[in-house]
Amino acid sequence: MCLQLTRRLQSITNKAAPVISLAVLAALWLFVSEGGIVPAYMLPSPVEVVKAFVNDFDILCSHAAVTMQEAVYGLLIGTALAFVIAVLMDRFAFLHKALYPILVITQTIPTIAIAPLLVLWMGFSMAPKITLVVLTTFFPIAISLLDGFQSADIDEINLIRSMGGTRAQIFLHVKLPGAVEQFFSGLKVSASYSIVGAVISEWLGGFEGLGVYMTRVKKAYAFDKMFAVIILISVVSLLLMALVALLKRTAMPYKRSRQ
Amino acid sequence: MAKLRAENITMGFDGERVIEDISLKLNEGEIVSLLGVSGSGKTTLFNVLSGLYSPESGKVYLDGEDITGKAGKISYMLQKDLLLPHYTIIDNVSLPLVIKGEKKKTAREKAMPYFAEFGLEGTQKKYPGELSGGMRQRAALLRTYLSSEGVALLDEPFSALDTITKSAIHTWYLDIMKKINLSTIFVTHDIDEAILLSDRIYILSGKPGRITDEIEITLPKPRSNKDVMTEAFISYKRLIAEKIAFEF
Repeated sequence: MCLQLTRRLQSITNKAAPVISLAVLAALWLFVSEGGIVPAYMLPSPVEVVKAFVNDFDILCSHAAVTMQEAVYGLLIGTALAFVIAVLMDRFAFLHKALYPILVITQTIPTIAIAPLLVLWMGFSMAPKITLVVLTTFFPIAISLLDGFQSADIDEINLIRSMGGTRAQIFLHVKLPGAVEQFFSGLKVSASYSIVGAVISEWLGGFEGLGVYMTRVKKAYAFDKMFAVIILISVVSLLLMALVALLKRTAMPYKRSRQ
Repeated sequence: MAKLRAENITMGFDGERVIEDISLKLNEGEIVSLLGVSGSGKTTLFNVLSGLYSPESGKVYLDGEDITGKAGKISYMLQKDLLLPHYTIIDNVSLPLVIKGEKKKTAREKAMPYFAEFGLEGTQKKYPGELSGGMRQRAALLRTYLSSEGVALLDEPFSALDTITKSAIHTWYLDIMKKINLSTIFVTHDIDEAILLSDRIYILSGKPGRITDEIEITLPKPRSNKDVMTEAFISYKRLIAEKIAFEF
């Protein structure tokens, strides 16, 4: 009884903790800006930001739609590419040795540095933006998938072999399902990268998108609008990550049933 | 004619010999135990018999046919149940049929009738994570049975279970073996288990491992775990204990 109560309290505190910390942060922000501690042109008050958000809602949405489109296309292509590369690298050891260092090197190149190059090569259309998202999202997924494939239990592999299973069957029944969990942790990281990647690529040229809008309001020193966009970007990223979490739950019913 | 025959199997890794000149046979419907201390090469021998590894020298015959180094003929069960966590019990159990080219639906239909016999009724749609250790081993044994062409190798299948579950599963195992007529080689380091379950016992010892003794168990059947206390049982136990060479 007592234990049950403690557990219940614990669960309430667990849920309450992030809510409280967010509320404290918001209150602090309100206090600092409204109280005149930081001048309004540097840090707009949350009230201003909400106002900007509501007033510009339609414009924000239309820009967000473009950014989302780039991010999702990029994420889908990145995932497909990562899957193909990870399968090939798992299957052929020499490809693993040859490609792994290149993959790591591509990750040390800052996104912001290649974005202008992509614009020069591909113009102001959606293509360079999608390409940039592909480049940033591909790596976490490829590496997590590859790790998933390679950490397959040797005894499980031998079991399928002892049944007379082929390499393809081992992949289908052991390696692929075994990598699902790691795949989704990679996808989660990539999903959050995808929005940011799209926004950054839009900074450097384009006609639509949250990044384009951001550079515009920056030039106008409209800090309230700037903050509204930033918050919108994180909300959109969170939504995409929640979608990934939902997909994961659907893909792994056996995790749900386990206590 | 013996169901399964191994002749002069020698095998090693990285230049170090693990088993040497091992010959054994398994008759139709027989349960034979391989008894030996850890490190005597039992698992290596199993990997050779099941065709996962090709031996350095020696041959394995199933029904007179040379199956050396050919996997898929003899089924295999380990101490770890190796039920795939992402499949339901019915899909785990029918997996060997799917691997051999059956459609998923047909494979399920073929596996279904055995669930009652193996005491697994009602577990079909559960995931392995929801079952107890004893139930999982039963499911693994059913899968082993469905993947076999009459011969199964069991590598310490019950050693991860607690004593009480183990004793219950022994009785169950002897019972099920009578029904399904599976010829079995059983690896164990538990002398009681070996005597209780086997028709014959091979003793594997030394480094590299060799078969040093073969003992026929003539205790009356059906046996149950109560027999462990009988005079005849204990004299077998004494005999085997003397023959196993412990090397520390």
